[in-house]
Amino acid sequence: MNSSSGSAAGPSSGSGDGSAPRRNSKRPKYSKFTQQELPACKPILTPKWVISVFTLVGVIFVPIGIAALMASNNVVEIVDRYDTECIPANMTGDKVAYIQNDDIIKTCTRNLTVPKDMDQPIYVYYQLDNFYQNHRRYVKSRNDAQLKDADQANKTSGCDPEKTTKDGSPIVPCGLIAWSLFNDTYNFTLGNKNLSVNKNGISWKSDRDHKFGKDVYPKNFQNGTLRGGASLDLNKPLNAQEDLIVWMRTAALPTFRKLYGKIHQDLKANDIIMVTLENNYNTYSFNGKKKLVLSTSSWLGGKNDFLGIAYLTIGGLCFFLATAFTVVYLVKPRRRVLLCDTG
Amino acid sequence: MARGTRRKLHFSKLYSFVCGRSKFEVDHSQIGGPGFSRVAYANAPDCSEAGNLNYGSNYVSTTKYTLATFFPKSLFEQFRRVANLYFLFTAFLSFTSLAPYSAVSIIIPLIVVIGATMLKEAIEDWRRYRQDIKVNNRKVELYHGSSTFGFTEWKNLRVGDIVKVEKDNFFPADLVMLSSSYEDGICYVETMNLDGETNLKLKQSLEVTSGLQADSSFQNFKMIIKCEDPNASLYTFVGTMEYEDQEYPLSPQQLLLRDSKLRNTDYIYGVVVFTGRDTKVMQNAMNPPSKRSKIEMKMDKLIYLLLFSLVVVSSVGSVVFGIISSDDLQVGKVKRWYFRPDDSSIYYDPKRAAVAAILHFLTAIMLYSYFIPISLYVSIEIVKVLQSIFINQDIQMYHEESNKPARARTSNLNEELGQVATILSDKTGTLTCNSMEFIKCSIAGIAYGHGFTEVERAIARRKGSLSIENEQSKENHEQAKPAIKGYNFDDARIINGNWVYEPHSDIIRMFFRLLAICHTAIPEVDEETGKISYEAESPDEAAFVIAARELGFEFYQRTQTSISIHELDPVSCKHVEKSYKLLNVLEFNSSRKRMSVVVQDDEGKLLLFSKGADSVMFEKLGKGGRGFENKTKEHMHEYADAGLRTLVLAYRRLDEEEYKSFNKRFMAAKNSITTDRDEKIEEVADSIERNLILLGATAVEDKLQNGGMKQIIITLDGPEIIHLEKDGNKEAIAKVSRDSVLYQINEGKKLLSSSNTESFALVIDGRSLAYALEDDAKNLFLQLAVGCASVICCRSSPKQKALVTRLVKAGSGKVTLAIGDGANDVGMLQEADIGVGISGAEGMQAVMASDIAISQFRFLERLLLVHGHWCYRRISLMICYFFYKNLTFGLTLFLYEAYSSFSGQPAYDDWYMSLYNVAFTSLPAIALGVFDQDVSARFCLKFPMLYQEGVQNLLFSWLQILSWMFSGVCNGLTIFFFCTTALQHRAFRKGGEVIDLEVLGATMYTCVIWVVNCQMALSISYFTLIQHMVIWGGIALWYLFLLAYGAITPTLSTSAFMVFVEGLAPTPAYWIITLFVVIATLLPCFIYLAVQMRFFPMHHNMIQWMRFDGHADDPEYCQVVRQRSVRPTTVGVSARVDATVSQLARKVHDMVHLPP
Repeated sequence: MNSSSGSAAGPSSGSGDGSAPRRNSKRPKYSKFTQQELPACKPILTPKWVISVFTLVGVIFVPIGIAALMASNNVVEIVDRYDTECIPANMTGDKVAYIQNDDIIKTCTRNLTVPKDMDQPIYVYYQLDNFYQNHRRYVKSRNDAQLKDADQANKTSGCDPEKTTKDGSPIVPCGLIAWSLFNDTYNFTLGNKNLSVNKNGISWKSDRDHKFGKDVYPKNFQNGTLRGGASLDLNKPLNAQEDLIVWMRTAALPTFRKLYGKIHQDLKANDIIMVTLENNYNTYSFNGKKKLVLSTSSWLGGKNDFLGIAYLTIGGLCFFLATAFTVVYLVKPRRRVLLCDTG
Repeated sequence: MARGTRRKLHFSKLYSFVCGRSKFEVDHSQIGGPGFSRVAYANAPDCSEAGNLNYGSNYVSTTKYTLATFFPKSLFEQFRRVANLYFLFTAFLSFTSLAPYSAVSIIIPLIVVIGATMLKEAIEDWRRYRQDIKVNNRKVELYHGSSTFGFTEWKNLRVGDIVKVEKDNFFPADLVMLSSSYEDGICYVETMNLDGETNLKLKQSLEVTSGLQADSSFQNFKMIIKCEDPNASLYTFVGTMEYEDQEYPLSPQQLLLRDSKLRNTDYIYGVVVFTGRDTKVMQNAMNPPSKRSKIEMKMDKLIYLLLFSLVVVSSVGSVVFGIISSDDLQVGKVKRWYFRPDDSSIYYDPKRAAVAAILHFLTAIMLYSYFIPISLYVSIEIVKVLQSIFINQDIQMYHEESNKPARARTSNLNEELGQVATILSDKTGTLTCNSMEFIKCSIAGIAYGHGFTEVERAIARRKGSLSIENEQSKENHEQAKPAIKGYNFDDARIINGNWVYEPHSDIIRMFFRLLAICHTAIPEVDEETGKISYEAESPDEAAFVIAARELGFEFYQRTQTSISIHELDPVSCKHVEKSYKLLNVLEFNSSRKRMSVVVQDDEGKLLLFSKGADSVMFEKLGKGGRGFENKTKEHMHEYADAGLRTLVLAYRRLDEEEYKSFNKRFMAAKNSITTDRDEKIEEVADSIERNLILLGATAVEDKLQNGGMKQIIITLDGPEIIHLEKDGNKEAIAKVSRDSVLYQINEGKKLLSSSNTESFALVIDGRSLAYALEDDAKNLFLQLAVGCASVICCRSSPKQKALVTRLVKAGSGKVTLAIGDGANDVGMLQEADIGVGISGAEGMQAVMASDIAISQFRFLERLLLVHGHWCYRRISLMICYFFYKNLTFGLTLFLYEAYSSFSGQPAYDDWYMSLYNVAFTSLPAIALGVFDQDVSARFCLKFPMLYQEGVQNLLFSWLQILSWMFSGVCNGLTIFFFCTTALQHRAFRKGGEVIDLEVLGATMYTCVIWVVNCQMALSISYFTLIQHMVIWGGIALWYLFLLAYGAITPTLSTSAFMVFVEGLAPTPAYWIITLFVVIATLLPCFIYLAVQMRFFPMHHNMIQWMRFDGHADDPEYCQVVRQRSVRPTTVGVSARVDATVSQLARKVHDMVHLPP
């Protein structure tokens, strides 16, 4: 490199800072990464790809849809709304007064017909409508520390307004959720035989083992002037009170079911089950509904046609699209389109 | 004897013009007054008076922050952004019980995001700091007293110190020069770092101090320097020096500036007057104006839009919430008794529903903060920095010869590079290499030198005469590289000493002698090879000296008073040594347009050599000197047509008397200290530069840079040229010119509108431009200019350049790019949306003002077509994607809130939400922003039409943004409703368990993560290992997180405890729902893409198809595609696209017509 013209950085014997860099090339180092030439897969949506994707989705979705639909069909579900029926005819005008009147005995009898054979276990749920367990005020109104540890019974932060009794001693379990515990009860008889409802194992195991203490006992619960829902057995530790544990697991949506118990007995079609229930829980003031549900379960859970139908729809749609695209691709080959049609 | 005379003649006299340039405008009596208060006690920095002055140390800090100010200052910078301020606001609110989530979960992402940006700032500043330390610890020799100098670090210098700087070292501070190794106290200085000029400048000390040439001279040395206060003007300096009870005025001539370098001088002594921050160079240091890209500005609008919609959504929610809440408790009737509305905190109190609603509004603002991507800014910053690294690292934009890679000086404008609609280029300096080649000359009326200039070749090529092309290509082959830089002369009559046999050999001899003598270049002999190279003020001067050398007149030595050349003696045909005594140099300047030297040859004859522009030189010829005037003029016209720079050479003999009287007047003029000093000198010089005898003319080619041809071709050979040439003589009334310009503009517009098939070039000169840029004409002018394919403004001033830039920028509203390499382009570079500086020979000024520096004009093509296009695509896609993914996520939150009676309950766990932007979805977006390529670099260059995507802003149009947002909304809706319907209230697994808040949240969240990441996979068409890792890794990370989070104690994970292990993983429904929701949500998008790719392909899709089909290398096919997409946009699009296309077309043409 002979710098013969105007360049000032010509040959110089200087030892200054400026003369040295001439020799260190600033040439960037070559690597596939810095030159952005990394090996890459560059898929484009060619007809082959599009059609195969659609076909593949169809092939996967349709069987799943059929399986899901079959599973759902095998589930037998009995749903009975009883909140409107279990009110004496003279009280229908003021349901709230009825439910709030402790002196009235609220026992009610319902007869349910089994539509199909139901294999055990049969799950018993209660379903509430228009009940906002997911309201922020409600969700937060509990104290996990207190539920877990007997030493932390005094921890009632977040539990307003069901925090302490009037004299200041803490309520265990505190908070609105526990306070509004569901308190309807159901008894089932088939013919004249009592169907026993097993209430063990209706809650999540992790809740029992890790969230509710086995040495935590209810204290001052439902002792206030305004009673909410059910009371608890003062001699049972919280982790044994599974109704509470189930209730405390807040529902996601305003319509929800909660597990009440399991019946370990097969039922035959057209069996008539007599339910003796106590209609205690107030859903009248907020226009909620109460339903009793008896259901078997499949590998997909309860009766739910949606998934099966949705899978079938999408699968069918994909098959249709695969055919449609094949036809279009055959009828109109691309190259001509590119050169002439869009120009 | 010669030695004796040389001693007497001071070199300063020769450089009187250079030295005398400084104007004595400022009265030296001002010194000591306001603005001129600086005092330096030389050699006594410790004395009490000096101590009181308390000037700063020589420590220079260029860092933005100090340790103490870093946090407050950089935090402040961060929170100037609306989005960040909003997040800070929500972070503060999150500590109150208004917050729908825990404070930590919002604070941590904010800290991560802000911290990442601050870390970047800190690293950048740390680099600057390291650089500072290096500079501040450079060593300089400082006078210690008792006649000794010792090394000390720069930072220790104080005002008044005496320092000794040796050859090739930088000056540590602004110094007043006392003396140098030369007896008359001159020294050469290279000011590359200051103004970018590479030529050497001459400085000279005052005569009184020039004798202090030894270390010992400074024993008992005392001096007081009083001067102006620190200021940024590099070319002025006013001060006085009090030395030995005498006062002497100081001028810029004595001032040596920090960061300039001592050259060709062994050492100098100087007194420090300005240190550190006070030095001129530091006073000049300023950051380039910060520009923001159009995309980012649009993005800001988008964020405002989102903030606005957030407020709307929140207030709707709040109103509904207020109504529902107040409904809970009416005249003592409790509705939703389980909330205890009778005993409620203010947040939910039905009795004060309005207040509760307002408070809820704040909650909602916090909850919906997920509509706004918190990590967007920091991601964009990271992406841009990485993109700049790629630009800097591009090996194909590295110029071997100048050892310069491309350098993105700011990373703000990467994507703007992909949207340039108008390019404003500085013609001469930029397109040319700024290296001149001596190619032709006319001596005594005979033209010498053959060989085509590039312009001639281009014209020939355009006209399609293949013969010339062939010849030229052959020629190219032969002289693939000119053996000598700056010299490309070939004529058997002249070279190898053959000129002796030419008819006018004496004139030829004088001609070359003139070339060897009449200049200010300095020879440098390479000690190893003995080869001589020259340092000249301008490249054409270097070309002359080189030409003279090659033709046998080797200039090899310049002493202070003489010029020595090896000259071919026509009689003996041997090289003889000749020495000329240099008597006067009459410098070149732009008004004189000529340069002369007066020399005395060894026979004692006095000669005046003169060279200059034809406009002035022909007037100066004497009666006897016009022998070949017409012939010469004719040749010069030819040269000018061929695009060469010409100069006229002439000489005269002087007799002793005449010279003496001239010299006396010249000295008098030079020594006068009045304002009209320069005029006086000019007048005297003028008096002697007359009655010249014409020798001939030279033609120098300003070499065009490789690939820089395109625009020139268009000018010279455009299909139609509207020539707005206005030959205004100086006295012509402005009105007439103005009317004429207006008329011509209108005529041009008519012409333009009458034909719409051809593209036009517009040529306008500086003077007409002045009128065209006036307020009444400027819009018309703009319309005309925009209608033309290219516009050439010749002879325009720097200010006009900037004005044109502003006009185009404001008028067209499109992105403008200015490219230039000289100091005169600075205004233009700063005015344009993007300034690209060429780090060529003209110095660093343009580069310092630019946003991106490249070393060759031709790299602009790659910079725009490849990097610009990629960056534009990446950034716009990334921003769209960010908004998309946040809308999807935010919408599920909103819908869920609607299902919880607008209470502000989030569907997801706090940590799911806060990690959404930071962990699970941000890396794929960043990878998209850094690595995505729609088509490879080769195709970007091959199909410049692809660039139209950026110019027309197809990828970041409101349509595009809104469709992404629409897609986000749709995806949010489908995810929410499919999930809730599929899960519902029924048992969701074999064990009869029903879903709860946690299960629904985790399932929905899984779907969101899958959908947005798969959407990313659908949107890009370039998968390297990195893409796979971040996209699928993001999803895997979510599952891992779910596992880890669920495994820790429920005290921390609360409801998320074991949700995956116990609740989700063993449940078939969870997996089936995920699969269904993801496929169903993405299916519409997939169909859209398949249809679009197939039936309505965009430019890049077409090229992808071509690559796929393997047609990309079929030239005819490419041509068809290219033309089809280019044709509608030819007119009105920048000339570059046009030119590139024509160039490519030519290439294709060549390819097609190549003989098999």
